[in-house]
Amino acid sequence: MLQRKGEFPMGGRRNLGNYLLAGLGFSLMLAALYMVFLYAPTEKHTGVVQRIFYFHVPLAWVSFLAFFVVFIGSILYLAKRLEKWDTIAHASAEVGIVFTSLVLITGSIWAKSVWGVWWTWDARLTATLVLWFIYTGYLLMRSYVTEEAQRARLSAVLGIVGFLDVPIVTLAVMLWRTQHPAPIIFQGGLTPSMLHTLLVSIAAFTLMYILLLIQSTSLKSLEADINHLKNRQTE
Amino acid sequence: MENMGYLFGAYSVIWAVVFGYVFYLYLKQRKLQREIDWLKELIAKR
Repeated sequence: MLQRKGEFPMGGRRNLGNYLLAGLGFSLMLAALYMVFLYAPTEKHTGVVQRIFYFHVPLAWVSFLAFFVVFIGSILYLAKRLEKWDTIAHASAEVGIVFTSLVLITGSIWAKSVWGVWWTWDARLTATLVLWFIYTGYLLMRSYVTEEAQRARLSAVLGIVGFLDVPIVTLAVMLWRTQHPAPIIFQGGLTPSMLHTLLVSIAAFTLMYILLLIQSTSLKSLEADINHLKNRQTE
Repeated sequence: MENMGYLFGAYSVIWAVVFGYVFYLYLKQRKLQREIDWLKELIAKR
């Protein structure tokens, strides 16, 4: 049986905070869309399809953030054995998989228009696909193991080990010869308007991740509470 | 403008998947609400 300390407080102030966060996220997303399509200039070599970059990069950043939260949540679960850390890690892995799927899809669409192929076994692309498989495996494993404490323990181990792939994805373009474009953000490869667009988009997607994480964590916590009540009823 | 289709496709997929996930969360919330109502009924009957 897991320790059920550290519950998530439900209440009016928290809901108000969520609404404010949602309002800010929505406004930032509108600003990002305006900047992507109307403010940022069209890139000379790849044309309009380069605008995929303004969502592809933030999606990748948010995926790494999500798996970092899984990593931290897993360490804290193993250290403190509190259910809330397992719940946060689980919710973050789920959101992370959604964003990683989008990274792979948008990257593939960009590759088709620029390279002429949907997929190539490039180091960065392959490492990202491996990352997707690791966390899909994490979610599948959670659905197969029924004993709560065992599930949380195994998930925490996989959540920690799986995170090792994130630095590999990040460094792949430097460690191996890849087709994937090298990082240009901090090397002056973007005009100021391109950089502003990217930063606003990163902020919008980070807020979206936080909102989805809060929502998903609350639902998972509620689901666990209901299951405990049901078990008590049947005892 | 020749690659407009790819750009449109990429942004459509992003929003379809995000809204799909939000809808999944909404359905889950509805299911949990039904279970809470059932538990309340059960407690009220006792």
